[in-house]
Amino acid sequence: MAAGGSIDALGQFKLEPALGHIGASVNFTQANLMMVVAGLLTFGLLWVGMRPRAMVPGRLQSAAEMAYETVLGMCIETIGPEGRAFFPFVFTLFFFILFGNLLGVFPYFFTFTSHIAVTLALTVLVVVLVTVVAIRIHGWHFFSYFVPQGVPVALMPLLVPIEMLSYVSRLISLSVRLFANMMAGHVMLEVFGAFVVMLGSAGLIFLVPAGFSLAVNVALIGFELLVATLQAYVFAVLTCIYLHDAVHLH
Amino acid sequence: MSEESGEEERSFEERLKAARSRQGLDAPPPASGQGSDDIGGVNPWGIGLRVGIELVSALVVAVAIGYGLDYLFGTRPILTAVFVLLGGAAGILNIWRMFAPRPTTRDRGR
Repeated sequence: MAAGGSIDALGQFKLEPALGHIGASVNFTQANLMMVVAGLLTFGLLWVGMRPRAMVPGRLQSAAEMAYETVLGMCIETIGPEGRAFFPFVFTLFFFILFGNLLGVFPYFFTFTSHIAVTLALTVLVVVLVTVVAIRIHGWHFFSYFVPQGVPVALMPLLVPIEMLSYVSRLISLSVRLFANMMAGHVMLEVFGAFVVMLGSAGLIFLVPAGFSLAVNVALIGFELLVATLQAYVFAVLTCIYLHDAVHLH
Repeated sequence: MSEESGEEERSFEERLKAARSRQGLDAPPPASGQGSDDIGGVNPWGIGLRVGIELVSALVVAVAIGYGLDYLFGTRPILTAVFVLLGGAAGILNIWRMFAPRPTTRDRGR
């Protein structure tokens, strides 16, 4: 990690082929592997958790039920009664990102949400879906979304492009928020981890600051858990808000 | 014994009813839930980060579009300059949307 005395904080984000020769031949990287793991974990939580079908749920079953009810409640509260139709999409999105973020906290695991390619792809999916939903529901009337009400017609050539830019800027704001939060957290972990190694091997006096760095790292891991959950939640809530705008226009 | 099981049943019915009303007939939740969700975290760090991202992202998109159009039409500086201004305005609009109280914007919209 701290090769040759310098801190290589970004080396952890490098993609390496996973699964040996087969993975290398189809460019199956550890990020793809983690995506598969995240998907399987979500599936496993629901499938294994709901297998007992108990009236009074056990631990795993209540976790699965809480997951279901939280996301369903979020959809219905934010989007409205129509939100039920979008529940599968929001649920999948939320848990894919949540498990991606949480898996990254484990040592030797990889955080695929720390790559802008991944978060931007997810955001493009969301924005395209929102636009398609809005056009399907409202038809040509959708474009009135870009026309602010109660404004003189003379200002329209100025205001409509601004509204359109604001709409498109969701692409960047949504993807960069998730990507930047995850990347910044892992860079901090790497830097303080390197401090521990470098200071710890420098001599007896440096053991105190090394211990301090270790304590910071422990606190950072806890903070990472918070950020991982919060960012997955923010992503899902913002998707719901955009879907609300698409369904109701204004 | 019979009393106990009856009580348990009733509490289960109550919980079931509560769960049903939470999912089906959602009268109170939207009023309280909408406003707080909009800002995203309560801590000032989160708000600051969100404001920064909203402001910059509009600018980034605008510069990309302006630069692309300039490249297409061969009018190098003009459209980029125009779109920088538009993008800045769109960024301010994003932040206004973030902090504007939801009901008033909706009333204005109608």
